[in-house]
Amino acid sequence: MIAHSVFFYIFSLIAIISAVMVTVSKNTVHSVFFLILDFISISCLFIMIGAEFLGMIMLIVYVGAVAVLFLFVVMMLNVAEQKGQWFSSRWDGGTHIPVGLLVSLIIFFELIIVIGGWKYKPDLLNSLSINISSEVTNTRSIGNVLYTDYILLFQISGMILLVAMIGAIVLTYRERAGVKRQSYIKQISRERDEGVDLVEAKRSKGVKIDA
Amino acid sequence: MLNIGLGHYLTLAAIIFTIGIVGIFLNRKNVIVILMSIELILLAVNINLVAFSIFINDLSGQIFTLFILTVAAAEAAIGLAIIVVYFRNSETIRVEEIKNLKG
Repeated sequence: MIAHSVFFYIFSLIAIISAVMVTVSKNTVHSVFFLILDFISISCLFIMIGAEFLGMIMLIVYVGAVAVLFLFVVMMLNVAEQKGQWFSSRWDGGTHIPVGLLVSLIIFFELIIVIGGWKYKPDLLNSLSINISSEVTNTRSIGNVLYTDYILLFQISGMILLVAMIGAIVLTYRERAGVKRQSYIKQISRERDEGVDLVEAKRSKGVKIDA
Repeated sequence: MLNIGLGHYLTLAAIIFTIGIVGIFLNRKNVIVILMSIELILLAVNINLVAFSIFINDLSGQIFTLFILTVAAAEAAIGLAIIVVYFRNSETIRVEEIKNLKG
């Protein structure tokens, strides 16, 4: 029990510090690295609490795909170094900072109040539908539910991924001028007259090709 | 203090959520950092769902976390594509210079 709480505090401390560093650090590449650290520590928390499938999926999807995508875009756009402070503004001299801090503090206290409500009235939580059994592994039980009860949602999420893929390709595609490329329409619709020319070849005269 | 309960996880999620909100509110330099703050917010929501799922012994929270993960990945891809297109058109993605809509 002691070890569990010690590891919880270590991982959550790392997660909070790296989340702060994501927003604060001047270099965008560093923010992406801290985002990766954040995801890794949160997935360690997931594995500790007993949701090991989600922890591993978190590692694969976020660290393996999303963070690499972020890094790719940051390096492609050459915007890594931010000049000056991350929150300073050229236009209004930074009047948005106290207002933004106040609003986010209020949001934080509202969330804490909600948590207190859950804590002091725990019998609100009686809505069991799919029990977690202790003898089946986490991955197996998620699969049992995901491919039967939630099959429609599963397929819709696949459609969302397809739409996102097509959308990203369509958004970033552009035709460059002066690049030679194959045109199937032009190749297929070519007639015999354009390609073949019959020439009467005279004896010992030869043929002039580009007449 | 030493007995980790639901409240600890919810507090952690609240802190990370608030940090993401602060990142969106205060950032004036880079749109990519705003996208990363959105990822932080979705991560906090995932922590909430998984913690509730474990502590009230119900698997649906973890299923929902899977779907949120899918939507977050799609959103990141689309958002980064939009940023790339905007950078190609206007040579900047600094937040304080994106004011075409005069907002």
